[in-house]
Amino acid sequence: MEQFLNFLQQILSTPSILVGLIALIGLVAQKKPIEVVIKGTIKTILGFIVIGAGAGVLVGALNYFGNLFNFAFAVQGVVPNNEAIVSLALNTYAKDTAIIMALGMVANLLLARFSRMKYIFLTGHHTLYMAALIAVVLTVGGLESGSWQLYVGGSMLLGLTMVFFPAIAQKTMVKITGDDSIAFGHFGTLGYVFSAWIGSLVGKGSKSTEDIKFPKRLSFLRDTSVAISLTMFIFFVLVTFAAVIKPDFDATVLGGTHWFLFSIIQSLTFAAGVYVVLAGVRLVLAEIVPAFKGISEKIVPDAKPALDCPVVFPYAENAVLLGFLVSFAGGLVGLAILFALQGTLNPALILPGVIPHFFCGATSGVFGNATGGRRGAILGAFGHGLLITFLPAMLMPVMGSLGFANTTFSDADFTAVGILIGNIANFVKGTGLLAVCVGLFVLPIVYNVVAPKKAKS
Amino acid sequence: MKLEKILCACGSGLGSSFLVEMNVNKVLKKLGVEDVEVAHCAATDVYKGAADLFVCGKDMVDILSAYGPCIVLQNIISVPELEAKLSDYLKEQGVISA
Repeated sequence: MEQFLNFLQQILSTPSILVGLIALIGLVAQKKPIEVVIKGTIKTILGFIVIGAGAGVLVGALNYFGNLFNFAFAVQGVVPNNEAIVSLALNTYAKDTAIIMALGMVANLLLARFSRMKYIFLTGHHTLYMAALIAVVLTVGGLESGSWQLYVGGSMLLGLTMVFFPAIAQKTMVKITGDDSIAFGHFGTLGYVFSAWIGSLVGKGSKSTEDIKFPKRLSFLRDTSVAISLTMFIFFVLVTFAAVIKPDFDATVLGGTHWFLFSIIQSLTFAAGVYVVLAGVRLVLAEIVPAFKGISEKIVPDAKPALDCPVVFPYAENAVLLGFLVSFAGGLVGLAILFALQGTLNPALILPGVIPHFFCGATSGVFGNATGGRRGAILGAFGHGLLITFLPAMLMPVMGSLGFANTTFSDADFTAVGILIGNIANFVKGTGLLAVCVGLFVLPIVYNVVAPKKAKS
Repeated sequence: MKLEKILCACGSGLGSSFLVEMNVNKVLKKLGVEDVEVAHCAATDVYKGAADLFVCGKDMVDILSAYGPCIVLQNIISVPELEAKLSDYLKEQGVISA
């Protein structure tokens, strides 16, 4: 008997199996035929293992990069990439992340049902990443890994982010799409709202970006793997070169390879790792997202689906390209500012990752254009580029041991939530922190009950 | 032409393409078309012959249209638009009767 219980406990504490069980329950609850249940469960477990394998691939390249950067410039250099940091976080926090994600979706349903923020967050990979972030910062804040306090606090917090961020983007979304039927669900929202706000300040009388003729050839960068390979190659070449020309450089670090070849191989190895992680995430979500969508349509039929950022791209294609370029430029300027702060505040140097600037920068361009035309798109996206450079630098200190990784979260909401909760955790630890999470969760529900309702017209 | 596989694609193959996949399944079911495999992927994974038909948003058309027949959605999450374009295509190909 004891042996059996031990076995059961082992199953429940193996993250990949746990995620598989969540998918299994979801599939059975939807009364799927047995072969679909088996296929879906296996694929979900497989996906989780694939993510771990991807982490193994990219961490090698990342460590080389970090060490060379540190040697060359005597400061920590960080490439923000959600997939990289999540795959690293899952090495330690996989079980916590899985449970927070599953319960967090339940919390999302509850809030959509009982508060006025009627949104269902359907961007599954961002739910997973946010769950990982929350698991990390709450654990650093004293809610023990594996404890019910962590699961309750974490899932409530996750559920809240899943309705709060779509809610603050909705006003501009209506402007972009022309109706109120869909919402925006992508955890870079603070950057987009910031961009829309700048647009509304500066954009008076500015024409829409869509009247400009633009060369289309940069669109090949929309291919994620190509974009990551290219930027990482540029970073690696610069950093490796800067290290090699130092007189006290130890050439054995490169394993006898020429530094240029080394740069090519390591940058592509990093991109390969991200590619594998993405494939794993795709497998994990394949059953979970449709189940969540199906259940939510039954329980809260009047809620709006909050969708991934490319839903707004077709509404303003030029703003997409302009937003990317300008946000990237903002990232470079931000990097220069971080560099100037060395010697006083000593922040980590955040390099402009092409993926966050492409997807989030593009989206902030669309939001800026909606409120302030060309001027709004340019200045808004530039502000966004600065924002997603400074926020990751401020996030690093609250990430515990992961703060020393050479990568971190990139998009604005991940970093902002991490900074906020991480700093609250500096003052209230353990049970107090749990109380804060519960309080934040209950607040919008209480507001819905207590505050007077607007008369329906 | 036979129609065995439909592939929906977007930038990183996680969010939007997944949603389009769910919508394509919904539309196919409504039109009574069976035995078609529907999947989603990143732009990186698309090659000639990867599928008999691709579906993507307007922003991805430059990448995808080189690889085969492609349904381009103005509004990537609109089911009515997808249904109209997909059923037109299926009629053209003789998969369903006009």
